[in-house]
Amino acid sequence: MSDSYLKIIELDKFFGDFAALKNISLDINEGEFVCFLGPSGCGKTTLLRAIAGLDIQSNGRIIQDGKDVSWLSPDSRDFGIVFQSYALFPNLSVADNIAYGLRNRKVKRVDQKERVKELLDIIGLPDSGSKFPGQLSGGQQQRVALARAIATSPGLLLLDEPLSALDARVRHHLRHEIKELQRKLGVTTVMVTHDQEEALSMADRIVVMNHGVIEQVGTPEEIYSYPKTPFVAQFVGTMNFVPCSVVDKGTINVGGNSVCCPQAASMIDQTGVSLAIRPEDIRIRNTEQADNRLLAQVTSMEFLGSFVRSKLSVEGMNDLIIADFSMNDIRDFNISHGDQLALDLPEERLHLFAGEVL
Amino acid sequence: MSIFENLPVSLTQETVLNTPKATLSRDQILQASGLLIASIILLITLVLPLYTILSKSVEDQQGGFIGLANYIDYFSTPALSMSISHTLTIAFITTFIVIGLALLTAYALTRTCMPGRGFFKVFLMAPIFAPSLLPAISLVYLFGNQGVLKGLMFGETIYGPIGIVIGLAFWCFPHALMILVTALSNTDARLYESAKVLRTSGFRTFMTITLPSIKYGLISASFVVFTLVITDFGVPKVIGGQYNMLATDIYKQVIGQQNFSMGAVVSVVLLLPALFAFAIDRWVQRKQVALLSARAAPLIPKKNPVKDWTMLALCLPVPIIILTVLGMAVYASLVSFWPYNLSLSFANYQFDLMDGGGWEAYYNSLEMACWTALIGTLFIFYNAYLVEKIKGLKTLRMLYHLAAMIPLAVPGMVLGLAYVFFFNAPNNPLNFVYGTMAILVICTVAHYYTVCHLTAVTALKQIDNEFEAVSASLKIPFYVTFWRVIMPVSLPALLEIGSYLFMNAMTTVSAVVFIYSADTMLASVAVLNMDDAGDIAPAAAMGVLIMGTCILAKLIHWVFSHYLLARTQRWRAGT
Ligand SMILES: Nc1ncnc2c1ncn2[C@@H]1O[C@H](COP(=O)(O)OP(=O)(O)OP(=O)(O)O)[C@@H](O)[C@H]1O
Ligand SMILES: [Mg+2]
Repeated sequence: MSDSYLKIIELDKFFGDFAALKNISLDINEGEFVCFLGPSGCGKTTLLRAIAGLDIQSNGRIIQDGKDVSWLSPDSRDFGIVFQSYALFPNLSVADNIAYGLRNRKVKRVDQKERVKELLDIIGLPDSGSKFPGQLSGGQQQRVALARAIATSPGLLLLDEPLSALDARVRHHLRHEIKELQRKLGVTTVMVTHDQEEALSMADRIVVMNHGVIEQVGTPEEIYSYPKTPFVAQFVGTMNFVPCSVVDKGTINVGGNSVCCPQAASMIDQTGVSLAIRPEDIRIRNTEQADNRLLAQVTSMEFLGSFVRSKLSVEGMNDLIIADFSMNDIRDFNISHGDQLALDLPEERLHLFAGEVL
Repeated sequence: MSIFENLPVSLTQETVLNTPKATLSRDQILQASGLLIASIILLITLVLPLYTILSKSVEDQQGGFIGLANYIDYFSTPALSMSISHTLTIAFITTFIVIGLALLTAYALTRTCMPGRGFFKVFLMAPIFAPSLLPAISLVYLFGNQGVLKGLMFGETIYGPIGIVIGLAFWCFPHALMILVTALSNTDARLYESAKVLRTSGFRTFMTITLPSIKYGLISASFVVFTLVITDFGVPKVIGGQYNMLATDIYKQVIGQQNFSMGAVVSVVLLLPALFAFAIDRWVQRKQVALLSARAAPLIPKKNPVKDWTMLALCLPVPIIILTVLGMAVYASLVSFWPYNLSLSFANYQFDLMDGGGWEAYYNSLEMACWTALIGTLFIFYNAYLVEKIKGLKTLRMLYHLAAMIPLAVPGMVLGLAYVFFFNAPNNPLNFVYGTMAILVICTVAHYYTVCHLTAVTALKQIDNEFEAVSASLKIPFYVTFWRVIMPVSLPALLEIGSYLFMNAMTTVSAVVFIYSADTMLASVAVLNMDDAGDIAPAAAMGVLIMGTCILAKLIHWVFSHYLLARTQRWRAGT
């Protein structure tokens, strides 16, 4: 308990018979930016609201800053929160919105003004204090909501899909700003999102959730490069899955092709095994010396700007696999529809999962 | 077991056994106790009184239980049970007439460019400002024994079904019109454009697009009118003659014959069709919700001289009749001595020279209406807020919401009589409110609770659900946010509720007629009593005074919501 700021211990949450959260345990360090990532309905918001005390868990405990807050109501906990809808008070000016929480803390009027001004500067809206929320753009409103949440310097900042109501460009911009602000303030932050790009670009650590359980916790690189479950592999980025069988502790058999794969050692007793590889990890350069050399035919190509996503029919395999080729690859190898290619599946980029995956 | 559903009540799960109980915060305790108190108030002012009606109807005059004997008595006395068929007949005829006329005018107002629509909109609503007694009195002046237009009756008498139907049709018309105008406004112009592209005839467009889209509005309006007719008391009282209706029967049994048990029986009989109409209307309302998609484009009528002027010709009689009836009432109130001295004077407004309560009655009404508007608005809105926004106490909140629906189904006469039974019982500790201004205010708030509650809930539903969570995270108590944010944001709804309560408190007769006392005589009751005593002109004068007051209140409401809101709610401009 010593070094983690927020400790979630065996949390369950039931709505009637439906278990929205199942045995969630998680440690979050002081000053860390953590993203809850998962598909719609997986329980991200439920977990966030349990941390806030807005919907108290059915079982389990929450320790914040060394203090057991499991059964405290929201107003007895220490957090600031920003909702997807911003929930700005429409009849109060931007300055009054930001100052809303300062009122109760016996902060002197002058100091309140000072603090509001400081926050308005921080969020880059120094002249908007007297405006009303309705007169601001969505992105500006979001920043005001953020300022209101951090005005009282809470120990924990909770963000529930703060960017999802904004259009793509504003979203990109704000991502960066929120991250910067968080780093500057050093406030422990939990953000809920279903946008993997958002999570990958902002989080120090990502918590991938599905059906009320945590699938994996790790840095963005870990999550992307070493997914622990097929779900994570599929949900974050794109992944090819191919059924295979383990031959020995360094080799597998994929559709009649023998492929070197060090991970096979851990799967030696499994009967059904799936090989997984990301489309961008499939190589076509220097394949002459490659260990895992497969022949394939291009069955379709889709131009996606900086790269081409193509579907390949590999010798001996029933399913098509997806490979992404850079425009350089396309030009250098003059790839076109129907071409025969030699592929390399680099062994350090291969993943094995027990069981058949669709 | 905890009363908060979001706390761990699942004692079956072993882990809970050694975990500490959730501590209720001050906010939660305040909210829970607030709702609890409100529920108890609702129980005392609504549910328990209505229960006493039921129990009184199975007791004899001395209070002994006699089972259904009263009911058997009732149904075997033709003079009494005839009223059922009378009431239903009048209700069907009136509903038919009102819906026909309201549909025609609502269509003209929303779907054509009929000249003078602004004028129409103002004058068609006028009857709503008067107590239902007023048009009835006016009809007496127009078609009564000494009426100016008596010839138009061709020997028939206005005192009876004809008068009742005309008076009620007049008085119910604005209610139906409002619903149908709303129904006809909520439409998608795209449907009509498609019909046009497909060269559909005007008649077929009406049958296949217009009618289905206002189906629920039509049903709802019909039931509203139906309920108003069977529960109204003023019109049949003044102009019904020997033609008995259920609402007047209750009055006669209780006030005339002091037969409280029979009054209770008639009340229960009257409650049944009202409940039925209410149930259907609720069902229809539920169906209606998802009718209109957010993307629908509003329909803007195009000029079509032939259609527009035809509509004008068809609709013009309606405002003319309304103006004639109301004008006649005003005129009659100013005539010195009908029909012998037609010089105009304020002689009939010298209420202090007549029996019936005098000007004191008017001031009492004003006072009562102000209290009703003030206390009613705050009480209803605050509790609608608790019902709508707090966490936990799910069952209690649902029950409260259900109970808040009851008044719509309860005729005023029934509620008033229930108050007599309940509050006048010697063993009731609340007996002391009987005969005071307080009971009139309470009764009136209870009587008109539902519409106000629904208005408040609708307004609250449009407010972000996370305001409470945000305030909690900022450590601001919920009542501060209620005061600083929720109330200001809902100001239009609050004004709406306030003016609705004020106007109804000014005009209502049915519920208060049983519970006013000598010290708390009301203007609307004075109209009734003076008319009863044959002082028809002063009765008309008092009715006109009430109408004038309501119109003034409406004007003030209008000024408030247009000018003051525009200034104080600058923030609305941007959104
Ligand atoms: N008050 C409630 N009553 C019943 N079920 C609920 C309630 N709140 C949430 N749920 C259910 O719990 C599950 C998790 O909901 P939650 O809101 O946490 O999902 P989420 O991961 O935030 O999804 P989204 O990305 O759509 O916001 C969902 O299946 C939802 O239907
Ligand atoms: Mg969510």
